[in-house]
Amino acid sequence: MRGILALGAHLPHRRLDRGSIAAVAGGGGGKGTRTVASYDEDATTLAVEATRTALRPHGGTGPDILWFSTTTPTYADKTNATAIHAALRLPAEVVAADFAGAARSSVSALRAALGGGGSTLVVAADVRPGLPGSPDEAAGGDAGAAVLVGEGTEAAPVLAELIGAGARTEEFLDRWRTPGDVRTRQWEDRFGEQRYVPLGQAALGDAISAAGWELGDVDRLLIASPHARAAKVAGRKLGVAPDAVADDLGATVGNPGATQPLLLLTSALEAATPGQVIALVSLADGADALVFRATEAVADLTPARPVAAQVAAGAPVDYPTYLRWRGLLATEPPRRPEPARPSASAAARGADWKFGFVASEDRTSGAVHMPPSRVAMHGGAIDDMEPRPMADATGTVVTSTIDRLAYSPSPPIVFAIVDFDGGGRVPLELTDCDAAEVGIGVRVEMTFRCLFTADGIANYFWKARPLRTTDGTVVRADVADAG
Amino acid sequence: MGSHGIRDRVAVVGMGCTPFAEHFDRGVDDMLVEATTEALDGAGITRADADAWWLGTAQSGMSGIVLAKALQLEGAPVTRVENMCATGSEALRAASYAVASGAYDLAVAVGVEKVKDSGYQGLNAFPIPTDGTNRTLTAAAMFSMVLPAYAARYGVDPDQLRRVVARIASKNHANGAKNPKAQFRKEMSVDAICNMPAVAGQLGVFDCAGVADGAAAAVVCRAEDAHRYTDTPLYVKALSLVAGNGSGLIDPDYDYTTFPEITAAGVDAYAQAGITDPRRELALAEVHDCFTPTELVVMEDLGFSARGEAWADCEKATFDLDGELPVNPDGGLKSFGHPVGASGLRMMYEAWLQLRKEAPPERQVATVDEGRTLALTHNLGGYPGEMVSFVGIVGTDLSD
Repeated sequence: MRGILALGAHLPHRRLDRGSIAAVAGGGGGKGTRTVASYDEDATTLAVEATRTALRPHGGTGPDILWFSTTTPTYADKTNATAIHAALRLPAEVVAADFAGAARSSVSALRAALGGGGSTLVVAADVRPGLPGSPDEAAGGDAGAAVLVGEGTEAAPVLAELIGAGARTEEFLDRWRTPGDVRTRQWEDRFGEQRYVPLGQAALGDAISAAGWELGDVDRLLIASPHARAAKVAGRKLGVAPDAVADDLGATVGNPGATQPLLLLTSALEAATPGQVIALVSLADGADALVFRATEAVADLTPARPVAAQVAAGAPVDYPTYLRWRGLLATEPPRRPEPARPSASAAARGADWKFGFVASEDRTSGAVHMPPSRVAMHGGAIDDMEPRPMADATGTVVTSTIDRLAYSPSPPIVFAIVDFDGGGRVPLELTDCDAAEVGIGVRVEMTFRCLFTADGIANYFWKARPLRTTDGTVVRADVADAG
Repeated sequence: MGSHGIRDRVAVVGMGCTPFAEHFDRGVDDMLVEATTEALDGAGITRADADAWWLGTAQSGMSGIVLAKALQLEGAPVTRVENMCATGSEALRAASYAVASGAYDLAVAVGVEKVKDSGYQGLNAFPIPTDGTNRTLTAAAMFSMVLPAYAARYGVDPDQLRRVVARIASKNHANGAKNPKAQFRKEMSVDAICNMPAVAGQLGVFDCAGVADGAAAAVVCRAEDAHRYTDTPLYVKALSLVAGNGSGLIDPDYDYTTFPEITAAGVDAYAQAGITDPRRELALAEVHDCFTPTELVVMEDLGFSARGEAWADCEKATFDLDGELPVNPDGGLKSFGHPVGASGLRMMYEAWLQLRKEAPPERQVATVDEGRTLALTHNLGGYPGEMVSFVGIVGTDLSD
């Protein structure tokens, strides 16, 4: 049976209170919060974290194909998915390609993946733009979500199978943005609404018919659309029971563009019971409807980081800092030379380290070398090392400092010496934390980030971030274990 | 590490040092001319008398041509050396070994750095192309990690320890105030140092070395020839250098309370010089106080204090100008300033003045009058866990 084998999402740590916008921007904002990518996150790093979350509980083999959808790619001309491929340490034979540009690209990639081929990892991630005070700024959200599609096995059974699909394509102008622009322009709301709702009805009708079911059989209806008004009206008019319409996470996360359909699907399946019928309807430049039925295996799904838990977690970011991170508020940079661009050839030689965080382990002493080394630091053996993946290792802060002078896109730099459980030490920059939270004994995990951008090159590498309890408190090792 | 050393085979017979300052009106050439002229004049020789030259500069120029052009040396062997902040000492080490080998009769070591032409505060390294994964921390931040580690290991109250290292800066400011060539000639109280703007961790602006331009130079010859040039030569007793393998950055056994490269260089230098009790045998020590916690740890690594006791010794004024072992009587990097390539030779310049009783009376150390004849110079370059270290020892007397 073909279907969804694994899925997971990543929400950034920071939340913007929409109520804080108007006082600065002179208007806009609203109720609730939206997620905010940190200054060191972009669509690619969000996608990496989402795929790591999706694949962590996955017992089966990795994907044959990786498709990355985003409305906000870091690069044009260069494929963004290859960095995700490298961070996941996928084999070279695995195809990695972008489905970039529009919100519709992700749901189309998912439908294509469900339609055939090998095991396909569909990931979407977005850092939604918008001018200060705009509806898009308040309504948008930043997130990543990943869905692995393929043939089920005993080790990795299908969690949900596609039982029907429908689509409508229509050329009309609702939203458009010139590449690189912060601002998305929109036609009058009413026009899009009147187009989208019938398209959605038609697409969902086809999908349900194909499944041989009735609209009344739908247990959960997920509506994704950049057109908030159309989505709202569709919820009433698609013919599904009102209490079946799922929360679109708009009040907490916001609308993360191409990621929205996959995020809603992840959230729904994480909460699904066996046999549930889940309809995903996307209204973007037409309409796409995918109807799934959850299998028995969904009862055994134990997400690494459930969407609901991530929604409940997080910490606030103030609006001026948000603007600074987005480059919408220019502030005085540190009076230090800006970092030089990373070398393409050096990065390629060290790709396992830079993108995959793979160290080396001396076969004789067991000592972990970070970055990997050909010569052992103790004993002096040459070329007697095994690769040692470290991205999923957790560790403890040995000592730490705050650097108020060094260049950073968001000073000051919080920096720590980290000892990993099971061996290995490396000095690392910390992220997703306040300076006051860090000190000796703080427990950390690794996260894929962009250290800085120079000459248009996103300098990807890994940082550490504190582990937190469900109430957000930083986890500290017992002092006895800290050394 | 094995070394034979060249004890008493080479003598320093002339030295020069420019004032260290923000020399916006002086270039590298100017500083090279001034430092070497003072050194050559002191030895009573001319440029043509010198057989070979070593230029130490971290990043103010490439190759020996920088010195050859500045001094218009024709057909001379001139070599540029670099070993981070030990660069000036490395030039002296090369010149000394060249003379000891018999290859040359007279050699000159010159160190220079022009740091104030970058347009930025602090020291900024050449960007060498990398994969972008190397850390981008300032040196101040790397050294700031010593304080919490030291406080935890030895059970010292962190606030008390912070004042101890501020006292080190205060001492070096007091010494520098008595030094007409120093960059900072103002005394600073512990409170004032603690109240400076934060830079990294617990460290403020005045826990950091002064950033200055400058040059220093030394003329060396075979020991048996020394009295042709001066009545009061300094004999080279030890020159030791260790370049760390960087294991401290990745070895979970490293605890940030000691710098093993310095300990190793010290042990080797004491063996070369025949020193067993440095705290009582040395008349003075010029150590690399790039940041205040560095001087604290170096007191232990060089054996001046027992492990875990340097903080108490500092509080007890052991290393003050009139203390048991004066450390950095010229003000150190903190107050004299730190033109990277010149600093090692600047330290030797202070040894030259002090051991020959030519320092200004207000900072002449009493230990020399008490009969001590040896001085130590020390550099480190790099960071905790990954550094080079140099230890040199000179003395006024030939050993028996």
